[in-house]
Amino acid sequence: MSGFTLSPLKALAVLASGALFGFGLSLSTMVRPEVVLGFLRFQDMGLMLVMGGAVVVTLLAYRFGPKLLRLPLLGGYFHQHVSAWNRDTLLGAALFGAGWGLCGVCPGPAIAGLGTGNWDLLWALAGIALGALLQGLRART
Amino acid sequence: MDHIASLFPLGWAHYLAGGLLIGAGVALLFVCTGLVGGMSTVFSSTWSFVVRRPFFQQARFTDSRVWRLVYAAGLVLGALVWWLGFSDGAPGSTDIPAWQLLLGGVLVGYGARLGNGCTSGHGICGLGSLQLPSLGAVLTFMATAFLVANLMGRFA
Repeated sequence: MSGFTLSPLKALAVLASGALFGFGLSLSTMVRPEVVLGFLRFQDMGLMLVMGGAVVVTLLAYRFGPKLLRLPLLGGYFHQHVSAWNRDTLLGAALFGAGWGLCGVCPGPAIAGLGTGNWDLLWALAGIALGALLQGLRART
Repeated sequence: MDHIASLFPLGWAHYLAGGLLIGAGVALLFVCTGLVGGMSTVFSSTWSFVVRRPFFQQARFTDSRVWRLVYAAGLVLGALVWWLGFSDGAPGSTDIPAWQLLLGGVLVGYGARLGNGCTSGHGICGLGSLQLPSLGAVLTFMATAFLVANLMGRFA
């Protein structure tokens, strides 16, 4: 990751990628907390399709991208998502889920929802920013 | 068909199409730049602009803070395009009380950063790269989310 520079072309690609993501979140209605809570209360299984659809496309890109291309199209190298199973992951995921079940908003929709004119989500956005700050202030590193 | 209608009372096509587009965004980011695009890290990396504490000044935050903000701006832009061009034009709103959004948000932010991922980081990118720890994280946060959402639904 060190020394990553964002050329204008890369910035445009990042912006376009985010825009696809944000459009998808909006189209799927996952930017609406009521829809998320309806799923979590087993009233509508739609979010399984959102997650499933996104995971399948991502899986194909992560699997075949590095095989078909030696390097990313705009340079750099293929990063990997590395996760570890430890106490922090378990506790963090449990707290994250509790918060998600309380408000129906996770980080992507908190950001994208603003683009649908939903200013109420600023409460959730502020909460997430505050939570991330507290986590960093309490961390030992 | 009745069975499908009862699982998806609001229809299913927009859910699947939206999910495929979310995946397309993560895939485009990876193929063009090699970057892995979970969403929650931006909430830590952006603090690195103003908080001097060594935790926030780690290279993984300072080196990625610019592209992560551009990615977040893209999220808002894509949602704006949907709102202005593809919806009925009514601004989004929610009946969830502000305290619930704020408190839930604090837990979401704290938990996602402590656990190193959220619905997109562990859910999409982690499962998309077949990481077992991410599967563990997803099962854990789904379990507590189901629990809290149903308890709140019963008592609130």
